[in-house]
Amino acid sequence: MSLDNKQVKEIAYLARLSIEDTELEQSTSELNNILSLMADLSEIDTGDAEPMAHPLHMSQRLREDEVTEENLAEEFQAIAPKTGNSHFLVPTVIE
Amino acid sequence: MMHNLSIAELIKGLKNKDFSSVELTQHYLKRINESKLNAFISVTDDLALSQANEADLKIAKGDSTLLTGIPYAHKDIFCTKGVKTSAGSKMLDSFISPYDATLNHKFNLENMVMLGKTNMDEFAMGSSNENSYYGPVKNPWDLKKVPGGSSGGSAAAVASRITPFATGTDTGGSIRQPASLCGITGIKPTYGRISRYGMIAYASSLDQAGPMTQTAEDAAIVLNAMAGFDSKDSTSASKETPDYTKKLTNSLDGLLIGLPKEFFSSGLDDGVEKVVMQAIKEYEAMGAKIKEVSLPNSMHAIPTYYIVAPCECSSNLSRFDGVRYGYRCEDPKDLDDLYLRSRSEGFGKEVKRRIMIGAYALSAGYYDAYYLKAQKVRQLISEDFKKAFQSVDVIMGPVSPSTAFDLGSVKDPVSMYLADIYTLSVNLAGLPGMSIPAGFSKNLPVGLQLIGNHWSEELLLNTAHQFQLKTDWHKSTPIEL
Repeated sequence: MSLDNKQVKEIAYLARLSIEDTELEQSTSELNNILSLMADLSEIDTGDAEPMAHPLHMSQRLREDEVTEENLAEEFQAIAPKTGNSHFLVPTVIE
Repeated sequence: MMHNLSIAELIKGLKNKDFSSVELTQHYLKRINESKLNAFISVTDDLALSQANEADLKIAKGDSTLLTGIPYAHKDIFCTKGVKTSAGSKMLDSFISPYDATLNHKFNLENMVMLGKTNMDEFAMGSSNENSYYGPVKNPWDLKKVPGGSSGGSAAAVASRITPFATGTDTGGSIRQPASLCGITGIKPTYGRISRYGMIAYASSLDQAGPMTQTAEDAAIVLNAMAGFDSKDSTSASKETPDYTKKLTNSLDGLLIGLPKEFFSSGLDDGVEKVVMQAIKEYEAMGAKIKEVSLPNSMHAIPTYYIVAPCECSSNLSRFDGVRYGYRCEDPKDLDDLYLRSRSEGFGKEVKRRIMIGAYALSAGYYDAYYLKAQKVRQLISEDFKKAFQSVDVIMGPVSPSTAFDLGSVKDPVSMYLADIYTLSVNLAGLPGMSIPAGFSKNLPVGLQLIGNHWSEELLLNTAHQFQLKTDWHKSTPIEL
């Protein structure tokens, strides 16, 4: 399976990344080289092996449904690029 | 010299009042500031001296723990409250963490002294430390060579004795490979042994922190301070933590060592192989028995890891959106532009590459062929180890197929990935792994890898310690330092 420049641009956009046109050719070729490394996987007979989602086969621990987090809104907002009235500000989405 | 002392020796020195924590701290800070390795991203002089002062007061009052007053460096992936935490990325160049990682909290409770934050591959993605926004780290044994990665700054700092120890993280070899290339001791414990809370995530099912030290005994002392259950990390193991220094006296007579034949096939540098086999002979002389084992699926570790890890990273790194913290582009024209440009300008090349691989492998129509398939192969890799550990106690082999390579010499990503062949399978299986100095090839250090079954850190540390009682490789230091 091989990707073309257009697909690479689409994948980049899915991840909200943009690729300069000058770098596109190289990115496509690097990604294709990496994907050809992955092609080996399809030839492995995995039989009825279960997909391994956790290295110790543990399941997610649950906790009591209690509030444990302190309210650190001010500290967290102090490091935000732009805030106002205790909101994180972004360019206008709805006029 | 003070800086050649191990942590075990520094603890004694502090106790006997041979030196104070402030004197120790000043000595290391001076060495850091004179160092030309680029091993640190931030040096926290003022904080270190105030922590050292406090430690000295505690020691004077008799209100201290074993590690009180011992200086160390954190890989810049651990959140440290009030201190810049960059993960080696432009994305977090301005990020002052508002909270402490559990690991840092634990160190603070013991009144340890943080000298600074070490350089690393951006978001821990890399095997040479060349992917750092802050420039590459140099290998103290040869300034033209890489220190390995991603914990390259930590490894170079410990090797050049500008810190007694450093923390590292290991997702696919990032503690063991730089430890090997810089000639120090490093252990990646079993997945879940050390809290990941406040450790910036790369691939959550693989990431694990560990100590990087001069000796195995030091690694045991520091691991005692790092390990343990943490309710703030949902993948933290609730298993009890032993005192890792307790079993450092056991004899290795009758220890069964497995050598995976796949780790000694083509691709392994002759000089590295020679050093590794010499170390194995040393173990035989100590009474260990050597047995060949097979890990047939470990050779699929590269494609498996480079699917699983990028998938997890594409998800983890989606949090960097330019909205709540971190880098934001100038004058975004709309929300989409804000996301696109903040991420494109904030992330480096390798990080973008892995995010894209992950986004592709997880996208509709490809999930089964890539991610699901990789997770099945991961199971097979894990089962190989399970089988091997039915007949041996410890598995040994090389850490890296070669010694440190020239800065700038490996240009294409695939060649860089191939160098991770001996370390990746350990993370995929969640096992503990270690690298210890085993000798030199062409004047560059070579590490021996020790792999144990789940939760066998005590055995690994003792196996390493007994070797270090018989050999001096861990005491070798780069000449002019």
